[in-house]
Amino acid sequence: MVENRQWLTIFTHVVLLLGIAIVAFPIYVTFVASSHTLFDLVRMPMPLLPGAEAVNNYMQALRAGLGEGAGTEAIGAGRMMFNSLVMALGIAGGKIAISIIAAYAIVYFRFRFRMTAFWLIFITLMLPVEVRILPTYKVVADLGMLDSYAGLIIPLIASATATFMFRQVFLAVPDELAEAARIDGAGPLRFFWDILLPLSRTNIAALFVILFIYGWNQYLWPLMITNDADMLTVVIGINRMLAVGDDQAEWQIIMATTILAMLPPVLVVISMQKLFVKGLTETEK
Amino acid sequence: MAGVELRNVVKRYGDTQVVHGVDCSIADGEFLVIVGPSGCGKSTLLRMIAGLEAISGGEIAIGGRVVNKLEPAERDIAMVFQNYALYPHMSVYDNMAYGLKIRGLPKSEIEERVRKAAGILELADELLRRKPRQLSGGQRQRVAMGRAIVRNPQVFLFDEPLSNLDAKLRVQMRLEIKKLQESLGITSVYVTHDQVEAMTLGHRLMVLNAGVVEQLGAPIELYERPASLFVAGFIGSPAMNFVAARVSADGAALELPGGDRVPLANGHAGAAAGRNVTLGVRPEHLDPAQDGGGVAHLNVAVVEQLGADTLVHGHFGSDRSDLTLRLHGTHSFKSGEVLPLNVRPDHLHLFDPETGKRLVS
Repeated sequence: MVENRQWLTIFTHVVLLLGIAIVAFPIYVTFVASSHTLFDLVRMPMPLLPGAEAVNNYMQALRAGLGEGAGTEAIGAGRMMFNSLVMALGIAGGKIAISIIAAYAIVYFRFRFRMTAFWLIFITLMLPVEVRILPTYKVVADLGMLDSYAGLIIPLIASATATFMFRQVFLAVPDELAEAARIDGAGPLRFFWDILLPLSRTNIAALFVILFIYGWNQYLWPLMITNDADMLTVVIGINRMLAVGDDQAEWQIIMATTILAMLPPVLVVISMQKLFVKGLTETEK
Repeated sequence: MAGVELRNVVKRYGDTQVVHGVDCSIADGEFLVIVGPSGCGKSTLLRMIAGLEAISGGEIAIGGRVVNKLEPAERDIAMVFQNYALYPHMSVYDNMAYGLKIRGLPKSEIEERVRKAAGILELADELLRRKPRQLSGGQRQRVAMGRAIVRNPQVFLFDEPLSNLDAKLRVQMRLEIKKLQESLGITSVYVTHDQVEAMTLGHRLMVLNAGVVEQLGAPIELYERPASLFVAGFIGSPAMNFVAARVSADGAALELPGGDRVPLANGHAGAAAGRNVTLGVRPEHLDPAQDGGGVAHLNVAVVEQLGADTLVHGHFGSDRSDLTLRLHGTHSFKSGEVLPLNVRPDHLHLFDPETGKRLVS
């Protein structure tokens, strides 16, 4: 703001704090809920200050967040988070690898049906995963990939958005750079490895953050193809914890697991924040 | 080291032909400048030599070896680009060393060559560790040349390397390129649209217009005996004056639009007697007549004082032909003043108004 009036400063801060409160309050309640016993939680009114049971709750969530059910063993949030991590890393890494190679082919090579290939990739943007989920399920089931990491990851790897983004990044790289590399004797693979990859470093980081969160938060697909408790992702795990039928859901454990499930994406964002912002804003190549 | 041969080189994009059969033989160690307006095909021609554009017709040979089918890296050339094309994520040292690394040279030799090139270009050690974006325009330009030098190529190719620099630096780098080329003695082809660069740098100039070689020769030759109206207008600044005129029936004089007659040097236009011609006179070859004589009474319109020179713009004659004079030193003329001129017969250029070609002598 150009103006420098006191009431304006106060007003803007109030608005800001209000905004933060609205966003942060549910998370705070989740945390508070994860630090009480179930007995305290279900009483009215609900406590709004942290309790003393946090360590116990979190230990139990990690050890056996999802209790023993009919014919299933107890499974801890640790295992679920590991599954989620594998899936999220697999999806993010796979998407980046596939789309950067596809974009490289489309931008730097002249081959028949190049534009056809590009538009085919592009129109898949118009179809959400949910629309093609049945045929995808059939294919994955026939390939025997149910209840496996491969089944969780591979169908979600193809990405038109990322391909499109890398295409734009590559188009912004001056042609002379490719020509200088040709004169220097760098073949297509060397050029890709030595020059294009380092130049797209920040874009890769930005995309990684977005895709990691996308992968971590996958719901419908893992729900469809995982039955084995060992393969549950944390998001599905939380959902399963709620489905207890007539019993009382163990809210304090569910809330603890929720907080745990939020941590890895937050860590990724914080650790890659600098590169992330650079990747989205930097234009100089 | 080696010469370069262009034999009837043609470039077509689909149905449009942009380079129409260029023939040229560049001697070992020669500095050839290709000059022309934008879109004349000069960069395309250079890129064909470099191997960045396919050759549609004809042959290019470097050091006696036809390179039509060879990749740029196999042609033993080095190129300096207009925007330098340095790899932004590599240090200056790595930029210069990259090509050598790919060729698989031992580390010690790479180091030696890069240090040597850096020494020639006066790039300080501390600069070698920097990234290109931390350098000034002139330093980047030097690094780009360093990258060319370390390769120790048979031919240097320059694609308008100075046009991204400011005027002062351009003059300085121009000198450095000339000195460098002379001391290294490497055959060089240099593309520019700047005729001052062309005149000062080249052993020979190739003037290209719409994909056709208008003239090929030493800079002074092009200045003194331009082969066509295009070359005459392109080389020299301010540009040559062109006036529609007529050669008298006996071929001894020129009749100017105002009725003035200019005597022609001996045998100057014998064959063109009685013809309409386009007369070309350079601004620096016109003087104000001293004692009442003179032809082509110039109506002064604008006077530009450049310090060392004075440019006088005006018009004369019945068709008010525009004329520019370049006088040594400072002169003050008023707008509207009438100035009789002396024309030096030995500095007249006659062109065929239809074909634009030079007429006789």
